[in-house]
Amino acid sequence: MEGDAELQDLYREVLLDYFRSTRHRGRVASPDIESQGINPLCGDEVVLTVSVRGGVVEDCKIDGHGCVISQSSAAMMSEAVKGQTLEEASKLAEGFKRAMLGQSSFDDLPDVLDEARALEGVQKYPARIKCALLSWNTLLLGVRSHKEGKKEVQYQEK
Amino acid sequence: MLKFDVSKIREDFPILGRKIRGKNLVYFDNASTSQKPKAVLEALQRYYAETNANVHRGIHALSQQATDQCEAVRAQTARFLHASGPEQIVFTRNATEAINLVAYAWGRKFLKAGDEILLTGMEHHSNIVPWQILAQEKGSQLKFAPILEDGCLDLEGLKTLLTPRTKLFAFTAMNNAFGTINPVAELLGLAREQGVLTLVDAAQWTPHLRTDVAAWDCDFLVFSAHKMLGPTGLGVLYGKKKLLESMDPFLGGGDMIREVHLSHSTYNEIPYKFEAGTPHIGGIVAFGAALEYLSRLGWEAIDRHERGLTRYAMDALSQEKELRIYGPSQPERRGGILSFNLEGVHAHDVGTILDTEGVAVRAGHHCCQPLMRRFKTSGTVRASFYFYNTVDEVDVMLRAIRKVKEFFKVKVP
Ligand SMILES: Cc1ncc(COP(=O)(O)O)c(C=O)c1O
Repeated sequence: MEGDAELQDLYREVLLDYFRSTRHRGRVASPDIESQGINPLCGDEVVLTVSVRGGVVEDCKIDGHGCVISQSSAAMMSEAVKGQTLEEASKLAEGFKRAMLGQSSFDDLPDVLDEARALEGVQKYPARIKCALLSWNTLLLGVRSHKEGKKEVQYQEK
Repeated sequence: MLKFDVSKIREDFPILGRKIRGKNLVYFDNASTSQKPKAVLEALQRYYAETNANVHRGIHALSQQATDQCEAVRAQTARFLHASGPEQIVFTRNATEAINLVAYAWGRKFLKAGDEILLTGMEHHSNIVPWQILAQEKGSQLKFAPILEDGCLDLEGLKTLLTPRTKLFAFTAMNNAFGTINPVAELLGLAREQGVLTLVDAAQWTPHLRTDVAAWDCDFLVFSAHKMLGPTGLGVLYGKKKLLESMDPFLGGGDMIREVHLSHSTYNEIPYKFEAGTPHIGGIVAFGAALEYLSRLGWEAIDRHERGLTRYAMDALSQEKELRIYGPSQPERRGGILSFNLEGVHAHDVGTILDTEGVAVRAGHHCCQPLMRRFKTSGTVRASFYFYNTVDEVDVMLRAIRKVKEFFKVKVP
């Protein structure tokens, strides 16, 4: 069944696992970065809290609500950036964005983004690409603001 | 009167034969925009092939023919609304622009600080934002009639908000997110008793139900052609003659003037006073074909078919566990719109899965964020029907909904 294959390609099992998993959910106790991202189009929301020690992401948690794509993408991101320097985390986010927007190949993503490759199927649903990018854009803004000495920021998907 | 044969009717709509991702298209996003029958497409094509010229300005034959065609559709629109004359019909870009026209041309001239405009909690953003802008500029207040748990207007609450300060009551005849049909005549009566002007947002009403502005006795009414078989880029403002005459122009430019001097201008008579620049001539001509198509089908037949479909879909959907339908439970209080959510599954995920089955629905806030907030949801899945939809298509959607449930099985955090 053609539709089913497509469906399975979009909502790959690993996405559903991340979506259901609770290990990334919540807020870190005293965050150095607190970045809230919303997609006004669908009301999806991710609240990213990050603790930073010596320029390295110590912990990163995800709060909020939304569709499978936005929430699983956020969970994967939180896992990928843990232990990375803020610089590296931003680079990962930029790399993921480029792949998602079709400007580079998913195959060229670094190994820490292995799981995030499962979001490749979203490309066939252009209306959903923003869902996949919401948390990454929220992270990028959070890191940028952190550098400027701001702790809390809000990102809105256009 | 045509015999109502859906399969025959569907042949008039080329797009309904399309495949989407290998599946037959099931178009259930009619509240966003309707599909167009061949008659409308051909009218558009014929206009550009045979009579294309600018209107109200050429001395030549083509211009006269184009002008005549436009004015014929204006008269046809007046008859369709049961308006007393074509001068009450102003062509705009869409319903949104028609509302903005009233907010500027009437509101700027007549509204004062301390005045109130009454809206409802179920308005489309188009019938909120223009009034917010106006109210800010004028120092006036907006009030919102409350919405009951079943998605209907709270009439008692509404009555307390109609006061001597209320200058205009603008409300939707049929809500686009849940499909709630408002008691339009009753609402207009309440406003009239208080001497309050009225604007009916009929964007969701005119495609489905007979409209009679004379019986309603509303002051303004707006709708969009594209939701009722017509082309995009064309809307209509109906207004009472005296009111339209008393208003200042909206946009300035060609066609809306009588004489232009370097220091000032005098304005054309209604409706031209409100139609600056070259209008959507081809669209107007094609809209004539849309009106003709609808009148050949007949409102009773359209209503009967859509009601049957809605009832069938309501019955079927209410059997589904973990599915919440929003809006009135009595079928007679709603039009052919079903708004729902599956417990634990985001509306967008439902929408995407339905899309893989060829079922086009809208998922999200439907430009009704205040209503969504009232019902504590960020969005819903909305299936909206038109007369060319079938029970078989509803079954396709039902199967797709079951698939969503199966696919996501568990309830999620
Ligand atoms: C109730 C209602 N009012 C106004 C509008 C605005 O129509 P348009 O976008 O054609 O201006 C819509 C369209 O969705 C609607 O459903």
